[in-house]
Amino acid sequence: MATSNGIKIAIVGGGLAGLAAAMKIAEAGHEVDLLSVVPVKRSHSVCAQGGINGAVNTKGEGDSPWKHFDDTVYGGDFLANQPPVKAMCEMAPAIIYLFDRMGVPFSRTTEGLLDFRRFGGTLHHRTAFAGASTGQQLLYALDEQVRRYEVQGKVKKYEGWEMMSLIMDDHQVCRGLVAMDLKTLELRAFKADAVIMATGGPGLIFGKSTNSMVCTGSAVSACYQQGARYANGEFIQVHPTSIPGEDKLRLMSESARGEGGRVWVPRAKGDVRSPGSIPEQERWYFLEEKYPAYGNLVPRDIATREIFQVCLDGFGIGGQNQVYLDLTHIPAETLDRKLGAILEIYEMFVGDDPRHVPMRIFPGVHYSMGGLWVDFDQRTNIPGLLAAGECDYSIHGANRLGANSLVSCVYGGFVAAPAAIEYAKNVERNGADGSRLYEQELQRQQEINDTLVKQSGTENQYLIHDEMGKWMTDNVTVVRYNDRLQQTDQKLLELIERYRHISINDSNLWATMALPHARQLWNMLQLARVITLGALNRNESRGAHYKPDFPNRDDENFLKTTIAEYSGEGPVFSYEAVDIGLIPPRKRDYSKGKAKETTAAAAAQPGAKQVPTDDLQQKPRDISGPAIWDQNKEKVRDVDHGQAETRREQGKSIEDAGGKSDKL
Amino acid sequence: MSAHASNASETARRTPPRTVEIKIQRRENPDAPAYWETFEIPYRPNLNIISCLMEIQKNPVTKEGKKTTPPVWNMNCLEQVCGICTMVINGKVRQSCSALIDQLEQPVTLEPMSKFPNIRDLRVDRSRMFDYLKRVHAWIEIDGSYDLGPGPRMNQDDVAERYAYSRCMTCGCCLEACPQYEGDQYIGPQAIAQVRYQNMHPTGKMTRDERLEAIMGEDGITNCGNAQNCVKVCPMSIPLTKAIYEENRETIIYGLFGWLKR
Repeated sequence: MATSNGIKIAIVGGGLAGLAAAMKIAEAGHEVDLLSVVPVKRSHSVCAQGGINGAVNTKGEGDSPWKHFDDTVYGGDFLANQPPVKAMCEMAPAIIYLFDRMGVPFSRTTEGLLDFRRFGGTLHHRTAFAGASTGQQLLYALDEQVRRYEVQGKVKKYEGWEMMSLIMDDHQVCRGLVAMDLKTLELRAFKADAVIMATGGPGLIFGKSTNSMVCTGSAVSACYQQGARYANGEFIQVHPTSIPGEDKLRLMSESARGEGGRVWVPRAKGDVRSPGSIPEQERWYFLEEKYPAYGNLVPRDIATREIFQVCLDGFGIGGQNQVYLDLTHIPAETLDRKLGAILEIYEMFVGDDPRHVPMRIFPGVHYSMGGLWVDFDQRTNIPGLLAAGECDYSIHGANRLGANSLVSCVYGGFVAAPAAIEYAKNVERNGADGSRLYEQELQRQQEINDTLVKQSGTENQYLIHDEMGKWMTDNVTVVRYNDRLQQTDQKLLELIERYRHISINDSNLWATMALPHARQLWNMLQLARVITLGALNRNESRGAHYKPDFPNRDDENFLKTTIAEYSGEGPVFSYEAVDIGLIPPRKRDYSKGKAKETTAAAAAQPGAKQVPTDDLQQKPRDISGPAIWDQNKEKVRDVDHGQAETRREQGKSIEDAGGKSDKL
Repeated sequence: MSAHASNASETARRTPPRTVEIKIQRRENPDAPAYWETFEIPYRPNLNIISCLMEIQKNPVTKEGKKTTPPVWNMNCLEQVCGICTMVINGKVRQSCSALIDQLEQPVTLEPMSKFPNIRDLRVDRSRMFDYLKRVHAWIEIDGSYDLGPGPRMNQDDVAERYAYSRCMTCGCCLEACPQYEGDQYIGPQAIAQVRYQNMHPTGKMTRDERLEAIMGEDGITNCGNAQNCVKVCPMSIPLTKAIYEENRETIIYGLFGWLKR
């Protein structure tokens, strides 16, 4: 194990991606400051239910990382740059094995091997699972390992701290961050050689979503407002199956369909009979009917649109926005073993037993494919700032496949960690005027807080949040129309104006929830505009982004990454070509199997084999720290990747910024 | 879940009330005295405690019409899997996200957990629970996070038992309900269950002795008074008493014969 040479990395967010990065950095012998709004063990990763994908191929199906790669790119409607997706799929089996070694109680076969189940958007059993609460077990495994490093003094946790802003030097290099203690409201500057953002998604922008209450996107929005590029913001995944609730939409995992759950509505509109008394031939299994190859396991964007449309056409249960998700044909014992945790959630919050009564579900905002722009080493456009997990945009393109989020979080953390170390080794530290930067940023943040506390306007911040959530959910989710998107942006501008007249309705500032929420709300409003205007500008339909007025995918004009950059007048948009060098885009069609197309595509692309045969591709990739970064650097190609150039130029500008006296 | 089954008896409310009355134990800061305030909000079906608190937060006025400060609490996943929103509801410790108004007697009383330092209102500091996990080495000592192939093969029955322990979300219900747990004099069921969880794993077993020693001290496993409250309040139905029984047996054997190893 290397010894520390004074490198300190700050990680913001203690979910799967943040903990994965923390573990790798500590293992390499360096110091970590780990900041999290909640104790890291309570991060949103615990909500992931179904499992983690990796082509371990223990089911005799001829699965391979290449097929996983192809499914992911195809499922994402070709919007993802392909090299990092390929790298992730190659690393995935080793990631699963690592969690196996760390003691995750993955479900087993009779031979004692890891069991795998099927998930959406694939025809293979590729998803390892621990009951139906896999995110919880994976997060805890990393939490345990990081606690081990905490005891060794390598990791220092700041739980109950929320990031407010980055600390940038005069050359636009990130030198640390300012965070607020949520108990005392004390602002503190955290110096760091590099900062890794691992803050998850922005679901709360939509008011109610399947996300946890910390998923505001606030910290990421702060980065965006300080110059970080935000990519593909308009791609918001609406999960087909959630349980509507007063306070949030609770997820009903895709694993319910993976284990055989069937989605249906009565064939007759307004049929009020109890589901059990409706005979088979009078039920409309609309997904199975329209997509015979994938059936109920079509990708999420498609399942969501179909459910949405069925309800719009009046076929929802009792005319309501609800369809059945039926597990009652599966033996209760099997359900308990494979899906117990999620069935309990349904039972607890709805009161019906899904083993005997079909569940009633409806789509709900779930995941952001978009996020901070990063290069193939998880580095943002700001030198010294990296991002991993849901808060970066890199893996899922226009739509994420189920059980790919956990693997992408860990992959992102495992790539970001060595990249941050590498950067930190080569960056020169602040000179004599270093402390000035920290003082200035602290003061700027203190002024924002002071202003908010002093304000005594008549607007209520919670009502503004509600209004934003309602507008975003109504107009910027499943079906999008340009006029409504325009109206939504107008509304957001109005809300931003009204925000200036809110008052903090808590005279006791000790541990108040009011000031942190006010800070989050401003950031959410800014990010909401990025999502809305990104959707307005994209006149096509691709993955989760669907416009009836532009129903087809338009590769000629929009096979491009949307990039938003902050300006005082709002987001400025530009577009970047997507690296499609490995798998040429083809039309998505889930009504039939896709083996043929894959072969055709592989044939059209010399060297790209459908089933990899050489050792290198079949063996899970070595996931030791620095090695992966080097491998990436070699394998990743810079085709159509203009930003890599920019990034390198910025790298130079750091060197030019001052002497190398402090270089390690 | 079994822990909440008893609530069904509280349910017997035929006609829905028009309002929900909630009594909250308030405290301005750790040094201030506690006091009570009552709030009333319009009834809606499917309300849980969290949505009531959110409603009160928007416009904090007591039932008597007095403007007050918004109550402070913790919340995150709202699916009873993060454990953060634990509080004492109608005298019983549980998660407030899964506490449904339709199943609760009114007025509903909310108190912070009493066994942990209070921060403000319903918010408490449970960081000592994580300290216990440090003490008992609640992790598998892997050689490193590089690729060393799959872990040991395991029987699904053993995995199923470990899975039950793996669901512990460190919510603290077991400690709140335990008559022996007060301050720092007993490490408590959650940490012992995590010892069981790690000791059952073939790799974890190799460092079993360290964990056993960690629960053999003054504040260790022998403090359990067998009240069995922990297993009754555990929202994840973790077999906590089984863990205590098994680990007690292991520590006794280790205490008797462990010296032979040295």
